[in-house]
Amino acid sequence: MALKIVKGSIDRMFDKNLQDLVRGIRNHKEDEAKYISTCIDEIKQELKQDNIAVKANAVCKLTYLQMLGYDVSWAAFNIVEVMSSSKFTYKRIGYLAASQCFHESTDVIMLTTNQIRKDLSSPNQYDTGVALTGLSCFVTPDLARDLANDIMTLMSHTKPYIRKKAVLIMYKVFLKYPESLRPAFPRLKEKLEDPDPGVQSAAVNVICELARRNPKNYLSLAPLFFKLMTSSTNNWVLIKIIKLFGALTPLEPRLGKKLIEPLTNLIHSTSAMSLLYECVNTVIAVLISLSSGMPNHSASIQLCVQKLRILIEDSDQNLKYLGLLAMSKILKTHPKSVQSHKDLILQCLDDKDESIRLRALDLLYGMVSKKNLMEIVKKLMLHVDKAEGTTYRDELLTKIIDICSQSNYQYITNFEWYISILVELTRLEGTRHGHLIASQMLDVAIRVKAIRVFAVAQMATLLDNAHLLTGNVQRKGICEVLYAAAWICGEFSEHLDNPTQTLEAMLRPKVATLPGHIQAVYVQNAAKLFATVLKSQEGNTDSTAAQETSQLMIDRLPLFVQSANLEVQERASCILQLVKYIQKLQQKDVEIAEEVIALFAGELNPVAPKAQKKVPVPEGLDLDAWINEPPSESESEDEQPRAIFAKEEPKHSRPRHTEVDEKELAKRREARKQEQANNPFYIKSSPSSQKVYQEAPGVEHIPVVQIDLSVPLKVPGLPMSDQYVKLEEERRQKDRADKKKKEKKKRKEKRSGRGKRHDSGPESEEDITPAHMVDIVTEEMPENALPSDDDDKDPNDPHKALDIDLDNLMEMAGRRPLADSEKLPVRSHRAAEVLKSPAQDGDAESAASQEPKKKSSKEKREKKKDKDRDRKKSKEDKKKKKKHKHEEKGEDLLGGQAEEPVVQSEATSEVAAPPTSTTAEVSDLDFWLSNAPVPSNTQEAATVVAAAEAAPTSEVASGTAPDSEPDEPKDTETEETKSSKHKKKKQKKEKEEKEKKKKKKHHHHHHHSDGGGEESVQNGTVEEEEPLPPMSNYCLLAENSYIKMVNDIQGNLQDGSQVVVSVIFENKCDSFLKSMEFNVLDSLNSKLQRPEGSGPHDGLTVPFQLPPGVSNEARFVFTMQSIITPQKLKGTLTFIVKNEDSSTHEKLDFKLHFTCTSYLISTPCYSDAFAKLLESGDLKCSSVKLEGVVMPFHHLLARICFRHHFSVVERIDSCASMYSRSIQDHHVCLLVKTSGQTVSIDAKCDEPTLLGNVLDEIKQTFSQC
Amino acid sequence: MIKAILIFNNHGKPRLSKFYEHYNEDTEQQIIRETFHLVSKRDENVCNFLEGGMLIGGSDYKLIYRHYATLYFVFCVDSSESELGILDLIQVFVETLDKCFENVCELDLIFHVDKVHNILAEMVMGGMVLETNMNEIITQVDAQNKMEKSEVSLTLFDIYS
Repeated sequence: MALKIVKGSIDRMFDKNLQDLVRGIRNHKEDEAKYISTCIDEIKQELKQDNIAVKANAVCKLTYLQMLGYDVSWAAFNIVEVMSSSKFTYKRIGYLAASQCFHESTDVIMLTTNQIRKDLSSPNQYDTGVALTGLSCFVTPDLARDLANDIMTLMSHTKPYIRKKAVLIMYKVFLKYPESLRPAFPRLKEKLEDPDPGVQSAAVNVICELARRNPKNYLSLAPLFFKLMTSSTNNWVLIKIIKLFGALTPLEPRLGKKLIEPLTNLIHSTSAMSLLYECVNTVIAVLISLSSGMPNHSASIQLCVQKLRILIEDSDQNLKYLGLLAMSKILKTHPKSVQSHKDLILQCLDDKDESIRLRALDLLYGMVSKKNLMEIVKKLMLHVDKAEGTTYRDELLTKIIDICSQSNYQYITNFEWYISILVELTRLEGTRHGHLIASQMLDVAIRVKAIRVFAVAQMATLLDNAHLLTGNVQRKGICEVLYAAAWICGEFSEHLDNPTQTLEAMLRPKVATLPGHIQAVYVQNAAKLFATVLKSQEGNTDSTAAQETSQLMIDRLPLFVQSANLEVQERASCILQLVKYIQKLQQKDVEIAEEVIALFAGELNPVAPKAQKKVPVPEGLDLDAWINEPPSESESEDEQPRAIFAKEEPKHSRPRHTEVDEKELAKRREARKQEQANNPFYIKSSPSSQKVYQEAPGVEHIPVVQIDLSVPLKVPGLPMSDQYVKLEEERRQKDRADKKKKEKKKRKEKRSGRGKRHDSGPESEEDITPAHMVDIVTEEMPENALPSDDDDKDPNDPHKALDIDLDNLMEMAGRRPLADSEKLPVRSHRAAEVLKSPAQDGDAESAASQEPKKKSSKEKREKKKDKDRDRKKSKEDKKKKKKHKHEEKGEDLLGGQAEEPVVQSEATSEVAAPPTSTTAEVSDLDFWLSNAPVPSNTQEAATVVAAAEAAPTSEVASGTAPDSEPDEPKDTETEETKSSKHKKKKQKKEKEEKEKKKKKKHHHHHHHSDGGGEESVQNGTVEEEEPLPPMSNYCLLAENSYIKMVNDIQGNLQDGSQVVVSVIFENKCDSFLKSMEFNVLDSLNSKLQRPEGSGPHDGLTVPFQLPPGVSNEARFVFTMQSIITPQKLKGTLTFIVKNEDSSTHEKLDFKLHFTCTSYLISTPCYSDAFAKLLESGDLKCSSVKLEGVVMPFHHLLARICFRHHFSVVERIDSCASMYSRSIQDHHVCLLVKTSGQTVSIDAKCDEPTLLGNVLDEIKQTFSQC
Repeated sequence: MIKAILIFNNHGKPRLSKFYEHYNEDTEQQIIRETFHLVSKRDENVCNFLEGGMLIGGSDYKLIYRHYATLYFVFCVDSSESELGILDLIQVFVETLDKCFENVCELDLIFHVDKVHNILAEMVMGGMVLETNMNEIITQVDAQNKMEKSEVSLTLFDIYS
C-alpha cells in the first residue's frame, strides 16, 4: 500500500501541473489546439488514477482549459470526487472547478448534497467557506431546498467569516427556492444589526437585492435602514442603503420627506464621490416621488443640480458621465432646473467620449422647447455631418427624430422645416434607420393636413432623384424613404404640381431594383397618380394627352408584372388590365376619370398601434373555444406577413369605392368625431396648443397664417432646413409685433378668441404660434376600446416568486404564523425528540418565547392601548375632516393609510395572540413616518408623544374642556356622533372592550397573572406536564395613598443601547389625577430619552390622566452605555390630585432597578448552533448552586425562562441547556441540572461580569420562593 | 449584482473569467471577445463605463472597467451596483493582487489563475460583493494558504514515512 502511494507520488512528479500546462500552451502557439488535445488525453489518464492528488491536479488544469473555452463537463464526476477530498487544498480545487462549470443541468450535482452539507458543518471554517463560495455559483432548486436549513443555521455561526458568507448566499437560495424566504427572513433581518460590519454589509446587500425587485414588501424595514443610514460609517453599506431608499420612496412619499434632510447633510459632508453621487440620485428619486404632492423643494433640486454641474464640469470623465446620467433623471420632473444648464450639455455633445455624447443626447430630449427646437436640431445636424462611425450617427438620427416627434410634435412650430430636416437626413450614408425616417414622413403627411402640399412637393423631388438614394449599395437602408415618398405622392396626388412627371419617375425601369415591398407601393400609387393625371387631362380638350398617359402605363407596367415578388406582380397585372380597359374606353371617347378616381376615394386615417389589441371581445364569445371539432391533424397556419407600416394601414378595410354621396360622408364623419370626443378611450392629443385646433369645428375655415417668404417655398432640388431657422425667427418677430398691435386695438376680442390656447401652454411658449394650422389627426381606436396596462412583467423573472408579503411575518408574528408548508425541510434522520426543532421557523419561535411571559399582562395592556389609539384616532379623524375641505386628495389618502394598521391590530388583538412587543413596535411604519419628535424607533415612545401632541389640539377641536372629562365613554360618545359610519363600528367594538375591562377591574391586582399558566415554556417542552403557577414580571416600583406604580423592563433588540420601561400607573384614590410628570436623575451610564429640545433634567409628561380607579400604562425609553452591571436610578413622579373643590400637588419618589436580566432577550437557539457556541472557546465559565429548591423541574425552567428571559435549547430528563442573548449581543448559555433539592447551574458567557450578575439575580429569584 | 468579472490582456487573451450566471463555453468566449472589442477601442482618457454589450446583460447592465498596463479588468454589473463603488472595488482587487503576488504582473495571472480565483472568492461571492476591506481579504487568503502549506508538508510526511 505504502509502495503504491510512493509510486503514485513519483508518477505525479512527472505529471504536468498547471504551470507546465500554461507554459506548454505558450510554447505551442502554432498548434495550440493539437497540443491541448494531447493535454486533455493526459488529463483523462490522470483522472483514472486513484491518487486524489493526481486527480486534483488534473481538475485544476481542466479549470484553466475551461476558461479557454473547452467544454470540461465530461469530468464533472471527477470534480465531485475532488470536492469530497478531506484535504482543504484539494477540496478548494474541486469547488473552484465546480463553480466554473457546474450549472443547473449538470446531473452529478445531486450527488453533492451530502458532501456539501458535511462541509458546511465542518469544524474548519475554511471548509465551510469554500463550500459556501462554490455553492453560491451552482446552487440549484434542489440544493437550495435541501440545504436551506443548514445555511440558515450558519447565519448564526460564531465566526463572522462564516456568517457573512451564509447571509450572502441566502439570496441565491431565495431565488432558487422562494419558499425559504419567509422562514429565513426574521433571521436575515436580525443580521442587519450584526456586530460585525462585514455581516451587516452582507445582510444589507441581500435585502437590497430583494427589495429592488419587490420594494413594497420591504417598506416596513425603512425605520431600521434609516437608523443604519444615520449610524453607519461604511460607505459600501451607506451606498446600498441609499440606493434602496431610492427604490422605496416612490411607494411612500412620507419616507421621502424624512429622508431629505439626512441625505442633504450627507451631500454636504461626504468627501466620497460615490456616496455623494448616490445621495444625489436618491434625493432626485425622493423629489420625483414628492413632485406630485408638494413642489416646495426647490432648494433640494438646486442643490442636486448644482452638485451635478460640478460633476459634469469635472475633468474626470467618469464623474462627467454620471453627472449627465443623474441629470437626465431630474429632467423628467424638473425640466426647468436642467434647462438652465443647456450650455454645459451642448458642450458635452462635442466630447471625444462616445458614452458621454450619448448621455448628453439623452438629456437634450427633455430640454427642447418650441423656442429652441430649431436651434438644437441645427446643432445636431452639424454633428451628424461630423460624426464618425455609423453607430453614433444612427443614434443622432434617432434622437433628432425622437426630439422632434415627442409628445405628438408638441414643439414643432413649422412642419415645413421638419419635412426638410427629414429630407436632409435621407442624405445620410449607410444609416440603418431609413424606415424610421419613412414612418415619420408618412405620419406627418397624414396627420398634419396643412403640410401636405409641401410634403408632396418634396416627396416628388425625392422620387425624381431616387437614383441618388439607391445608387450606392451601402445605402440600402435609406431607400425605405422611397416607400413613404411614393405613397405620399400617390395618396395626396391632388397636390402635385406636375403629376405626369412624378408618374414617369415612378415607372422608371430602375425602380425594379428596389426591394419588393417598395415596388408594390410604387405600382399601387402609380395607379392613384394615373387617376389624378387622367382627371386633369380629361378636363382639357386635347384627349391625346390622356391617351399618352395610358400608353405610358401600358408600356411600363409589364416590367413589374414580371417581378419575382408576388405582391408586385399581382398588383401590376391587376392595374395593367385596368389601364388597358381604360384605354379601350378612352378610344371610344368615354369620360372615365371620375370613375377611376372613385377607385381611390376616401381618406385613410391613422390607427393607433394598440387599436387591434383594444378591441373588446364581444360578450359570449370565447376565443379559445373550438368553433368546429378540433382537427385530427394540425394544419399549418400560414401567417400573413406583416406590413412594415402596419400602423398606417386601417385595420378593417375601408370601402374605397364610395357610392355614398358627399353629404352622407360628411354626416358620418361628424358622427364619428362626436363619438370620439365622448369616448374616454380615444387618444386625444396632449393638452397643447394643437388641441385647440383639433377641437375647433371645421378646421378648414380657420384662416391659414400667410407666410411672407422671401424665398419661394418650393426649392429646386433638395430643400435646406437651415433657411427655416432664419425664416422662423423673422416670422416670430412679425407675429409678436402683430400681436402687440392687436392687443392694443382690441383686447377683449382677443381674449375671447384665443384665450383658450393661452391657457394651455406655459408662458414662454405661448407666444410662439405655429406657422401652419396644424391639424394633428389623432390615431383611431376601436369603439369601446378597453384601457389596459401593457407593461406586463416578464413571466420568467425569477424575482417574481420572491414577491412575498413579509410584513405579515414581521409585524404580527403571532397572528399569522408560518404555515407547516413554509417550514424549511430538515433532515429526517435526526432524532426528532432531542432536536427542539430548529425547523420551527425563527420568528414563530421568538414569538412563542415571548408570549408566555408577556401575554397575561399584555392582553389587558393591549386593550388599553387600543382604546387609547382609538381615541386618538377618532380625534385625529376629526381634525382631518376639518382639513378635508381645503386639502388635496392626496392628504386624504395618506390619512387613510395611516388608519389602516390601527384597525388591523384592533381587529386581531381580540382573536389572536398579541404581537410581540419588539417586532411590532419597530415595524409599525406609520408611527415612524408620522413626524414623531422622539428619534426612537419604539412605537410606544412615538405614541406617547404623538398622543401628547394630539391631546390639546383635539380637545379644543372637539369643544370639550380638558378638565371636564368625567369618564371616557361619554367623551367618545360625543365624538361618535360626529364621526363617520365606518368608525361607529369600531367604537362599538371599543365599547365592548371597555365593558370587559370594567369587569376585569375588580381583580385588577391579579390581572397581569391571568392566563400565564396556559402558556408552555419553550418549544413545547413542558406542555404535557402540570400547569405552571401564574407569574408576572411586573414588580412594584412605588406606591402611596394616591397612586401605585408597577413596572417591567425590556431590552430593545433593535438597538443595543435601548431599554424600554413600561410603567402601569394605577389611581388608588377617589380623585382625578392629572398633569403627571415622570422624571429620573440620569446617571453617566443610563439616560432617559427625552423629546428633542428638552433639557437633560426635564420630566416627561405622562400622556394620559387617570380618573378614579383607573390604571394605564406608559412606556419610557432609556439609553444605556454599558449593560454588564445592574443599576438603580432615582426618580420622581409629580402629579396633581384634583377634587371637586380643590387640587393639590403631590409627588412620589421611586427607584428604578435595572437588573442585568432586563438586558437579556430570550432568543431561540438551535442545538447545533448552541454546541458550536460552547465549543468555540470564547466563553468564560461560571457556576452556581441552589439549595432547597422545591418545585418541579419544568417549573424551575419556566421560571428562569420567564423571569430571566432565557429559552430552552434542549432538555433531557433533569438536565436542560438554556440560551439567551443580551441586547449588546453577549451570548449567555446555561446548563441546569437538578438532583433532589439541589439545582446546579453551569453558565458560560463572553462577558464574565454580566454572567456573574445574571447568576446572582437567578439565585435571588429562587431564594425568594 | 455582478454578472461577470473578466480579465484579459491587450490582445484579448483571457486571463480570468468568472461568470455568475451560466453560459456555455462558446457563449463565454464570445462574450469575452465582444467585451474586449468594446473596451479595447476606447481611448485611455475616456470614462470607464460602457453600455451596450449585446451578449451579456441588456439595458440594465453596464460594463465597468479599468485598464492597468497590459490588462483589462472588466466587471459587468446591473443597476443595483454603484458605478464608482465598483471602480473602487476593481482598485481594491488589483491592490490585493499586488500584495499577494508582490508586484503583480500579467505573468502572475497567467501562471496562477487558481490563486487569483481564490482571492476573488474572498471579495465577490455569487455575484455579490462580500468584502471590500483589503486587510481582511488578505488575512483570509493568507490563512487559507497557510492551511494549504501545512497540508502539503503533511502529505509529504505521509508519503515518506
